[in-house]
Amino acid sequence: MSEVALNGVAETTGAAAARATALNRLRLSDIAFRELTRIAVYAVLALLSGVILALVIGSVPALKAFGLSFVVTEVWNPVTENFGALAPIYGTLVTSAIAMVIAVPVGLLIAFFLTALCPLWLRRPIAIAIELLAGIPSIIYGIWGLFVFAPFLQKYVQPFLIDTFDGVPGLSSLFAGPPYGIGMLTAGFILAIMVLPFITAISRDVFEAVPPVLKEAAYGLGCTTWEVFKHVVLPFTRVGVIGGVMLGLGRALGETMAVTFVIGNAHTVSSSILAPGTTISASIANEFTEAVGDLYTSSLIALGLILFVITFIVLAIARYMLLRLQQKGR
Amino acid sequence: MADSRRNTLYAARRLRNTVATSLAYGATAFGLGWLVLILGVLLLHGFGGLSLSVFTENTPPPGSAGGLLNAIAGSIVMTVLAVVIGTPIGILAGTYLAEYGRHDKLASIVRFINDILLSAPSIVIGLFIYEVMVAPMGHFSGYAGAVALAVIVIPVVVRTTEDMLRLVPDTLREAAASIGLPRSHMIVRIAYRAARAGIVTGILLAIARISGETAPLLFTALNNQFWSLNMNAPMPSLPVVIFQFALSPYEEWQSLAWTGALLITVTVLALSIFARTLTARK
Amino acid sequence: MTMASTNASAFAVPVATHAAVSTAGLAEKVSIRNLEFFYGDSRALKNINLALYANKTTAFIGPSGCGKSTLLRVLNRMYDLYPGQRATGEVMFDGQNLLDSGVDINLLRARIGMVFQKPTPFPMSIYENIAFGIRLYERLPRAEVDARVESALRRAALWDEVKDKLDASGLGLSGGQQQRLCIARTVAVKPEVILFDEPCSALDPISTAKIEELIDELKQDYTIVIVTHNMQQAARVSDFTTFMYLGELVEFDVTEKIFTAPTDSRTQAYITGRFG
Repeated sequence: MSEVALNGVAETTGAAAARATALNRLRLSDIAFRELTRIAVYAVLALLSGVILALVIGSVPALKAFGLSFVVTEVWNPVTENFGALAPIYGTLVTSAIAMVIAVPVGLLIAFFLTALCPLWLRRPIAIAIELLAGIPSIIYGIWGLFVFAPFLQKYVQPFLIDTFDGVPGLSSLFAGPPYGIGMLTAGFILAIMVLPFITAISRDVFEAVPPVLKEAAYGLGCTTWEVFKHVVLPFTRVGVIGGVMLGLGRALGETMAVTFVIGNAHTVSSSILAPGTTISASIANEFTEAVGDLYTSSLIALGLILFVITFIVLAIARYMLLRLQQKGR
Repeated sequence: MADSRRNTLYAARRLRNTVATSLAYGATAFGLGWLVLILGVLLLHGFGGLSLSVFTENTPPPGSAGGLLNAIAGSIVMTVLAVVIGTPIGILAGTYLAEYGRHDKLASIVRFINDILLSAPSIVIGLFIYEVMVAPMGHFSGYAGAVALAVIVIPVVVRTTEDMLRLVPDTLREAAASIGLPRSHMIVRIAYRAARAGIVTGILLAIARISGETAPLLFTALNNQFWSLNMNAPMPSLPVVIFQFALSPYEEWQSLAWTGALLITVTVLALSIFARTLTARK
Repeated sequence: MTMASTNASAFAVPVATHAAVSTAGLAEKVSIRNLEFFYGDSRALKNINLALYANKTTAFIGPSGCGKSTLLRVLNRMYDLYPGQRATGEVMFDGQNLLDSGVDINLLRARIGMVFQKPTPFPMSIYENIAFGIRLYERLPRAEVDARVESALRRAALWDEVKDKLDASGLGLSGGQQQRLCIARTVAVKPEVILFDEPCSALDPISTAKIEELIDELKQDYTIVIVTHNMQQAARVSDFTTFMYLGELVEFDVTEKIFTAPTDSRTQAYITGRFG
């Protein structure tokens, strides 16, 4: 109304009407855009709910047939249609554990190197190279593991392990032969290389966030570089490091292709880490398209559900830890 | 007093420091060593099989020579469709998180869920699409493959879009508001423009990620021996062909698998390096 | 530009002699001769000559960027952490030039302790913050570590405030308490020299008073160097004062003389607040 008063009398009605429609159009497009983004957000929400729902519905027949004993049964027999998830769950956990045992110390040490020891001009190139490792598709790790790494292990490493620990109580069954090349150790090792860059990258980021004056204070007491790292940097960044490790673990648990090539695909629970085994993701990748009958398919989907639940928990912890660190930083 | 400090305890500390720093050097050499080894072997095996026929001939039947043309085409088609589907949804959702819902409850839930999707096992995504598309349609299809890849694209784009929009200074938003620009116009004309390099980087990284993905395609797009651009039918893709050929007993297939692996790796690394330089320049 | 600075330093050197200072009978704990310091190519300290006397407090004052903190960080070679920083000349400590590459830096830093501008408690308990430093050099039975922790905390006038919560995190203390915790931590390692880098600039007046009191007491056992922005503080706590300007040592003298009858016109200008 006030606009009308400000404008000249002659043009008033036409200009004001044009302006009003323009404003109206702007307002409508504004609301439309806002709602569009909101719909997209709900789509993301629906996606996760959809994944969970699809997995749950798909696994109903298997869970109905086998109940909770599905999780603790080792048998996996497509002929008699008797399925249990113990072997793949066991394989998933063991290979991931092997991967973390190798990747966590190595990843932290590389991050230590990058933040405390590496000459300045070398930091960026090395960090990029390590991140490139993360970019290599998992199928490449798989094919490389099958054709290069497994034969190498079979020829040189595994016979040595078997001989060395033969007769050592407790360890002899862990490293029992024969040397197949492929198996849980090989899969764990490849997984370690795959998650290494994740752990390195996150640890480096959190190490760099330690206030320099805190490090100086430790050096000021006469601490060595390692002591500063161990007693000041690591405790200061603990939460973030755990978050990074969990993120790596989540990836190791769910990794499919790299493992499928080298795990051996045997539905057995073996105490030897040199023995072939299977993981949840490898079982699904190998058998899903060939699965005949609803129960077989449903059992594989139930495996997927279990995998999703495990990784969901691990990732949720990881995100929570990293979030806590962020809030502390603020 | 000075010399009393130079005791066995101190000697042990120095030794520990030397050991730890040596281990750190060793760990770095170990990490870099794998990169060199993997790329080296890939070049060695893959380069030999690289010839024009790889790009002009379709995948061969067992025991004969051929190329990867149909697989490359299938990969490109499905990747493009996945990006076409996933990018708008991802950008819009990222926009909501960064611009409209910075502190509201919906946004924080979705942020968390997006992070979960971002690192969810890709094989589970494959199972999901199988359940909602392949099973109801009754057959494997290129569409299903593309949608599975789109599900992987979305969280990557959401994340980078939000991060990049948040880097746009609020003063810019206030300046836009002060000349009477509605929120949506400010976002589309100013914030997007300011964050463009970062958002493009996110899309490129998403493409890099899906061009190597195998697991979600195994039981969505399946595979196809022959030339086919029919998206309503099973469709070949480079990663799945590599998977099948590498595990086969035929030498020609294995050699093609190595060549395909080299192609994928070069593409993915080139994409991610290019994406990085885009943001590094800023 | 180059001409001017050469002229200035040529002029500054004779002024900075100690002729007028009555230092008879005082032991030189640290003797700095012809010290130069470089950040990459730029020279941050120019031909510094200075003695730090045992059981005395020496203050470094001067406007921001004059090199006083740089000089302090040469004394425990903190600059070694950062590539591209280097020092030349001589800093004699206990018969040894501590700039020599053969010097064991960790031992040096244990003997020359440092307290920083901002409190820097480590991410561990109050007790551990102090015991940590002790255990670096001595393997002691628990009871003895306890005793050392207590005496260090008493030295830092913090014992009464924290004796009931030794297991609590050091991060939970107030700023002033944290700073005293850091002093206790430094003292516990039994240094000979303690460097204070603007230790009160992040503290309130009451905490500042406590720290200053503490510095005055510590003087009996240690040689103390303090960098400060605050001229009143320098006047209150120090025996000797060094005025620095643009990387040069302009004047060194008994504190009282610097603040009442400075020789150099630049010193006079600074203490009367005409610049800086």
